[in-house]
Amino acid sequence: MKFTKTLMATTALTMVAAAAGADDHMADELTIVSWGGAYSNSQQKAYHDPYMEKTGINIINDESSPEAVAKLRAMNEADNITWDVVDVVAADAIRLCDEGLAMEIDPDEHLADAPDGTSAEDDFGDLLVSDCFIPQIVYSTTAAYRPDLLPDGAPEPTSICAMFDTETYPGKRTLEKRPINNMEWALICDGVAKDDVYDVLATEEGQDQALAKLDTIKDDVIWWGAAAEPPQFLADGEVIMGTSYNGRWFSAIEEQDQPFEMLWDAQVFDLDGWIIPEGLPEDRLNRALDFIMFATDTQRLADQAAYISYGPARESSAPLVGKHAELGIEMGPHMPTAPENSENIFVYNYGFWADYRDDIDAKFQAWLAQ
Amino acid sequence: MSDVTDATTAKRGPTPDDGLRIADSKDSGPVLSADGTPLKKSLRRALRMEKLRALALIAPLLIFVMISFIIPIGEMLFRSVENQIVEDTIPDAVRELRQWDRDEDELPPEAVFEAMYHDLFTASEAKKHTRLGSRLNYEESGMSSLFRQSGRALDDLGDDYLDALEEIDPDWEEGTVWYEMMSGGEGAERDTELSSRVVGQISNLEETFLPDTDAFAPSQAISELLPRTAEAYTRFAVFEALVDERDITDRDPWENVYPALIADMKSADVSGYDGPHADMLRELKSNIDDFEAPNYKAAFAAIDEDWAAHETWATIKAHSVRYTNGYFLNAIDMKRTPDGAVSQPEDRQILVKLFQRTLKMSLIITGSCILLGYPVAWILANLPTGKANLLMILVLLPFWTSLLVRTSAWKVMLQQQGVINDTLVWLGLVGDDSRLIMMNNATGTIIAMTHILLPFMILPMYSVMQTINPSYLRAAKSLGATNWTAFWRVYFPQSIPGIGAGSILVFILAIGYYITPEIVGGTDGVFISNRIAYHISSSLNWGLAAALGSILLAVVLILYWAYDRIVGIDNVKLG
Repeated sequence: MKFTKTLMATTALTMVAAAAGADDHMADELTIVSWGGAYSNSQQKAYHDPYMEKTGINIINDESSPEAVAKLRAMNEADNITWDVVDVVAADAIRLCDEGLAMEIDPDEHLADAPDGTSAEDDFGDLLVSDCFIPQIVYSTTAAYRPDLLPDGAPEPTSICAMFDTETYPGKRTLEKRPINNMEWALICDGVAKDDVYDVLATEEGQDQALAKLDTIKDDVIWWGAAAEPPQFLADGEVIMGTSYNGRWFSAIEEQDQPFEMLWDAQVFDLDGWIIPEGLPEDRLNRALDFIMFATDTQRLADQAAYISYGPARESSAPLVGKHAELGIEMGPHMPTAPENSENIFVYNYGFWADYRDDIDAKFQAWLAQ
Repeated sequence: MSDVTDATTAKRGPTPDDGLRIADSKDSGPVLSADGTPLKKSLRRALRMEKLRALALIAPLLIFVMISFIIPIGEMLFRSVENQIVEDTIPDAVRELRQWDRDEDELPPEAVFEAMYHDLFTASEAKKHTRLGSRLNYEESGMSSLFRQSGRALDDLGDDYLDALEEIDPDWEEGTVWYEMMSGGEGAERDTELSSRVVGQISNLEETFLPDTDAFAPSQAISELLPRTAEAYTRFAVFEALVDERDITDRDPWENVYPALIADMKSADVSGYDGPHADMLRELKSNIDDFEAPNYKAAFAAIDEDWAAHETWATIKAHSVRYTNGYFLNAIDMKRTPDGAVSQPEDRQILVKLFQRTLKMSLIITGSCILLGYPVAWILANLPTGKANLLMILVLLPFWTSLLVRTSAWKVMLQQQGVINDTLVWLGLVGDDSRLIMMNNATGTIIAMTHILLPFMILPMYSVMQTINPSYLRAAKSLGATNWTAFWRVYFPQSIPGIGAGSILVFILAIGYYITPEIVGGTDGVFISNRIAYHISSSLNWGLAAALGSILLAVVLILYWAYDRIVGIDNVKLG
């Protein structure tokens, strides 16, 4: 505890020192775009409130992240950018970076070092998947099921392939209405080795193979578009199992006492984080950079985990993750990155999907419509 | 609307235009007004004033509609054919590619690779190469990462040459030396033609207008001696000076000037050159055999083997036109290829199917709205006012409720563990294990949308039925008609304008519906608009979205025209 306090004090001090130097060039208002709901709430508590207290500026929240990519492009074309910091998933960040709509960030210049002196670049490590992207959390798309709805005598599912096993587990399941993740799982459950999945998926035959596997459960799937739907379907008994983001399952299980069980097998890690739009005027840019520096330091990232079960993106934050702020339960075991949950993980390939998404999506939608 | 048509077809009152018509008529001589000018002239002047005043009154609305509606829509539709990005990003490569005959199985000639190298280098300095990659990725998977990676790897070739150049003379690394050599020093004759061509290219690349000032122009002598180098350096100098607004006199040039220099020096005769740093050039010339001429083809192939694929270049060539029909072809499940338009593979054909489904389901929804709405409107029109108003509120109440709320409510009603199924199971009409599937399919969309669009059908029907005189029905009956005949032969024909207006409203609204199909449509209940939304917000393929939107708009206009021809738009009544 003492360590944490000293840490916070030193961080705060350096922050103040850094802020004092550049304060006169900074806007006193900051528009932050995020996803809304429990997620925005966790950011409000962990980042926005302390930052407003520290600097006295006003933070305006906008819940437009789901359509951020399109809106940023429209703003850029109109040459009127009203957002300062935007929360997007990594795949969107890559697209925004490619389109020149997001600013390139130099991690060592714009992000705080870890308390032990590790540079930001090393601390975030492989998670810096795009030059424009500052990772914040690791979340995973993973499965959950209702033990009470499984047929009598059926063993508890332990593998993602239970999703494709309608004989042992008859009933509806819910999957996201897009090819990403589903195609990979289908191939894994069709006997493709985990490391070969993307090589196989890059070929026509591989795509057909994945769709053929999905075809075996097509009649038993309810496709979801919004991540809030799967917990709802499961709670209503519409489905017996399904996939969603691990934070959604956590809040259904722990906060709403739903009788779900997690099935962490072959969970797919994904990242969510910040980008700064390209073309901000200088005072707003300085403010945005100052906020980013503050909100992505080691302690702040660990703080967010007290409000939502997503893993902090910095390696140095992991030991600082504590208890849930309201429920008082230890958050460590609920993180997708916890060792017992991540025995079998699947690593999402950003480059692959940036290339193949449009093509496979057309094929997937055509298959759905058949 | 009926008043307007009456005014043009039937008798009308006197209008100011009558004066003009009278003045125009041949049988009377020129009529003069009190001050001696012909009446025709002075009338026209007075009328013009009046028309201007009327225009001024509607001007705010007109300007508002223009700015907020017509211009954005026009601009959006224009995107469906616009394709400048390819030529703007890699202008020289596109020009060189035109010479290439893609029917042969050979790769493009070295000149194409060289132009591509310099174009891509400039684009990647401007950070525009990834946009081109995204654009071409819509046509051919893999282009996106090909351009992203290549942008990063392009420096390597130049770096190797720089290392070798430095061994001959360390000054080759100096930005100041380069500037002096390329500009030819004070008073040298400038190659302004090259300079303004480059400024134009950079303007296109940056999509802004850059003034053609003398940011930089190479000396005429160096431009003739070392044409490739001069062009590469000018691109660097103009970009840095105009876009980044830097002082270029001591900046190191981009790495692509070094291979250009070597390529030039292989054939250049520098013995007679006497501009700044001529000695360096002469020294380089004497050592030039130590350098291998740049092999751009090999360099590209080393970056990614896709550059050595015929298909990559064919795709770039096929999509290098400034205005393309490619998006429209994509919108109807076809593809623009080097060999003309071909059908997409069968397992990717989805859009035509969605168009058909959208039209079919919109018709079904319109039909069920008529069936459900007609009796309601009839009751509303025939009840005493007090009761009718009460019922009217029941019709309007859902109309005032948020669309999302109503759609979500239908979800609760229709799902397999929902209210309707629970009731049916409780009544014993349906077994617990054979609950009806009414949602996440076409049925769900039709039910929910019929409910949501019903007020748009009832309201016009009601206002038309209100004007039908009940005595006609009584008269028919007193003349011996049965109830049915009286309704079918007398009442129904008079209510058709209401049905027409309601149907047009409901159908046109339904055809563009997005949120309800998205929520309750599952897989076989989604519309074309859901695909448009995907391309607008996720894939950022706005060209295809615009093409789909244009087709949808055209379909609506054609249907409207057909309706006008068959039923007559004059028969539509909103009240």
